[in-house]
Amino acid sequence: MDESTDDSWQAENNRKAKNLAGWSIAWLGGTALLAFGPKYMWDYSTLPTLGAVLLNLVVGLAMVMALVRYISGLDELERKIFLDAAGLTLGVTLVCGSCYELLEDAKLIPYQPEISHLFYLMVISFAVSVFVGNRRYK
Amino acid sequence: MKNRLKVLRAERDWTQAQLAFELDVSRQTVNAIEKGKFDPSLPLAFKAARLFGLAIEEIFLDDAAS
Repeated sequence: MDESTDDSWQAENNRKAKNLAGWSIAWLGGTALLAFGPKYMWDYSTLPTLGAVLLNLVVGLAMVMALVRYISGLDELERKIFLDAAGLTLGVTLVCGSCYELLEDAKLIPYQPEISHLFYLMVISFAVSVFVGNRRYK
Repeated sequence: MKNRLKVLRAERDWTQAQLAFELDVSRQTVNAIEKGKFDPSLPLAFKAARLFGLAIEEIFLDDAAS
């Protein structure tokens, strides 16, 4: 048996992961442009803002497609770990997000809940879930 | 589900990485299957059977039957 260094399955997987990373960075850039551009770059002019919105949506969609391609390239154990983590993240975000949103109504927090806090929660929840999943099948 | 993957691999003097390469999966997946932590899908079990030239039931053993 000859194990080539140019492992086709692994190489293809790495290529898809890099593609996903590239689109994720592009989406972050597009989001930053939409968040700060109107105030600091074009003084709330409508046309550039609409352009930034369109760019953000198109790049975001491309990122989602890259994610789908990445998942389809994973082997079955990796896919199980990924989907378990995604499911757990969805549940945690749903439960904690709805609870967090009600905290202001209940006057337990003095500020308005921000969606960015949910993003942090999703990232942490997903990262921990993937870590635990990998440990379980190590 | 128990399996003889580790024995069959050792008989051929293959590493987990080599077996993973042949099966188009990660080394972690081969390791998890060998340790009985993860049960492979039917297509992957067939692939392993083809690779070793054996029937599926000669590699993967039903826990309930033993």
